[in-house]
Amino acid sequence: MDMNQYLDVFVEESREHLQAINEHMLKLENDPAEISIVNDIFRSAHTLKGMSATMGFEDLASLTHQMENVLDAIRQRKVQVTDEVIDALFESVDHLEAMVESIIAGGDGKRDVKDIVDKLNAIEKGKKQTPRTIDSKNGISGDGLDEFQRSILDQSVEQGLNPFTVKVTLEKSCILKAARVYMIFNVIEQLAEVIHSAPEVSDLEEEKFDHEFTVTLISEKEAIEIKEKISKVSEVEDVQVESYHTKSSPKESVEVAATMELEKSQEKKAENKGQNEPSVKSAQNNKTIRVNINRLDHLMNLFEELVVDRGRLEALARQLNNGDLTDTVEHMTRLSSDLQDALLTMRMVPIDQVFNRFPRMIRSLAKDLGKKINLEISGGETELDRTVIDEIGDPLVHLLRNSVDHGIELPERRSQAGKTEEGTISLVSFHSGNHIFIEIEDDGGGINREKVIQKAIENNIIDEVYAKTMEDHEVFQLLFASGFSTADTVSDISGRGVGLDVVKNKIESLGGQITVTSVRGRGTKFAIELPLTLSILSAMLITTGPETYAIPLSNIVESIVIPKSEVMKAHNQLVIDFRGKVVPLLSLREVLEVEGEPEEKDTYSIVVVRKGDQYAALIVDRFIGQQEIVLKPLGEYLSNIFAISGATILGDGKVSLILDCNDLIK
Amino acid sequence: MSEMKTVETEMKAIVFQLLDEEYGVDVHQVRSIERIQEITRVPRTPSFVKGVINLRGIVTPIIDLRSRFDLVETTYTDETRIVIVNVNDLEVGMIVDSANDVIDVPADSVEPPPKVVGGIEAEYLDGVAKLEKRLLILLNLERVLNPEEIITLRQFKEKSE
Repeated sequence: MDMNQYLDVFVEESREHLQAINEHMLKLENDPAEISIVNDIFRSAHTLKGMSATMGFEDLASLTHQMENVLDAIRQRKVQVTDEVIDALFESVDHLEAMVESIIAGGDGKRDVKDIVDKLNAIEKGKKQTPRTIDSKNGISGDGLDEFQRSILDQSVEQGLNPFTVKVTLEKSCILKAARVYMIFNVIEQLAEVIHSAPEVSDLEEEKFDHEFTVTLISEKEAIEIKEKISKVSEVEDVQVESYHTKSSPKESVEVAATMELEKSQEKKAENKGQNEPSVKSAQNNKTIRVNINRLDHLMNLFEELVVDRGRLEALARQLNNGDLTDTVEHMTRLSSDLQDALLTMRMVPIDQVFNRFPRMIRSLAKDLGKKINLEISGGETELDRTVIDEIGDPLVHLLRNSVDHGIELPERRSQAGKTEEGTISLVSFHSGNHIFIEIEDDGGGINREKVIQKAIENNIIDEVYAKTMEDHEVFQLLFASGFSTADTVSDISGRGVGLDVVKNKIESLGGQITVTSVRGRGTKFAIELPLTLSILSAMLITTGPETYAIPLSNIVESIVIPKSEVMKAHNQLVIDFRGKVVPLLSLREVLEVEGEPEEKDTYSIVVVRKGDQYAALIVDRFIGQQEIVLKPLGEYLSNIFAISGATILGDGKVSLILDCNDLIK
Repeated sequence: MSEMKTVETEMKAIVFQLLDEEYGVDVHQVRSIERIQEITRVPRTPSFVKGVINLRGIVTPIIDLRSRFDLVETTYTDETRIVIVNVNDLEVGMIVDSANDVIDVPADSVEPPPKVVGGIEAEYLDGVAKLEKRLLILLNLERVLNPEEIITLRQFKEKSE
């Protein structure tokens, strides 16, 4: 069977289950006595096992199977939830995740899980972990079935299917044994599912057997029917079909029954609930479908084309000045902005997807560093464009690691400072206007101003004289300078040369900004501001010489016209006084090397743009107006052009470049 | 087998003119041939990068091939064409004097390029095809459209500033 079509679903669902396992494991760690949590984990592991066995990912299936056994033992109170158990389970989840990732990357999901399986096995048997011995055949009993295969047989019995062993003997005169084997298997596969064959199928196909072979299978058909069908293949001398007796120990079958009962009673509960409160049930049945992101991207591209054409229509309507046409175009404009909203919401996914892997990460980091840390997450339901979600994970990981490593102090230090031993990192996300805010705040030691300055001077980022005049927020901003790390020792967690400058660059490439505030002894807060969507943005069109450029509104503070006499000079740089601030004045014509001379005027048309809390004033020739534009890349051939972040197609079909104000402000 | 052989020993080439020479690129690398249209200049790029055009909704970079090879630049005419090529997923338009022919180039007619031909250095060439009455210079587009060269040029420029 071609499984490819199911692969996407498999990947999505296994991720969800792994995530669920992770979350429940964390809960279990805090509340080891709570058996209902173990049940939740068990269910996820169980589903995962079933799915991966169906898809043919055997390593995944066998590891989840072993996990299931341990979980079951916990449920039966045969095994205590100790740190060792939790760690082993977490380790298994790591392996599972790695396997799923390998499958996503197009691999076969194979992985050497022998060690961890042994470890789990030891836990299940109630022993301390023993060194690995050559007991790999341990799980295989006399009938040649391993434990996993036997468990499948057990389950099939539960489902009312019949397990059989079929012994087929071919005629001695048979020449093309492989061909017969092939035909027999063809017949069998129509009737039943093959669990095991002795010798193995590959050996059978290479005729590495005498004249008999045995197949273990499960089927809903009766023995007699199977026997008849197989006997019809020519050159088959004899077929013996016997019912297979599951040899599992009584203990195991009781366990299975217990699970079944448990699940049943829960189902019943759910049913009862449904009868009493039908409205609740319908609300839970939120209808969703999974759509490939490529299709949404395609839809977005089509819509972008539409926006370009809309611009063209608007321009035409203005030219022709026909009332009916203008009305229709205006209506279309309204409709298409509704359409845009609808489309954008479709691409939105909750940031939970990124957040939910952090509790695990913080747990292990804190453990490694001997710190006690409580991670509080809120606003996980905040939605962000899918493209941003894909990109924001790494910067957040970096910032969180930073908070764990440099922010939160060791427990002793904290008690000395009169704080609780357990530090708190809060991760908050919320909407405001057209932006998303993500804040990471810790109640650690705060940023040491002197240490930052000292380091910055050592690394030649600033000089001593200037350092004395710097305000706190300016000092903190130095953390984002490249090649900066304030930790005394380089640790595994952070401070490997790649610093916060990478985080900053990434966030800026997403059109966002990052700021840091800190109070000595009280904690540090990183605040990230991101635009809601990337590909369609509001911009102001301006001209310089014969050329038209678009400046994203998110960068613009104000557009003003000032008399030339108000321009001043400081350190060989033209500046203006903008609301009491001295702002450098740049001629866009010069920066962009536009040909020709500027018109002689008594005034400057100026667009004040900002990057973080830094401003710059750009001299332009004319303001054209505000417009929704579609961001299009310039392509790989022209990547990293100075001060240009992309291009857009205007209503008249011409291409106009989009200014990247980050490059203009130094 | 005989069919295989024809495939191996022959290629179809789009022929275009630059100055007085005829050049050829593999037809598989050519997406389309366009008339000259309004080009939006992209600031701070090498002079042979003329800018970008709107090619049916896709913003496509355009280079002037004369300028790329340091040949004398000329004004664009009705004959001027933009050959849109795709090499390693880079889509770039090349401005040429004219383009109007597709011909078969038998492999045995191709010779390694001389050091300089038509003012173009050998490193940008795949070879020279000697056909009955014409000489066709075959371009190595991967070298001609190497984006790293733009970066090197830009760095050079920034340093000299």
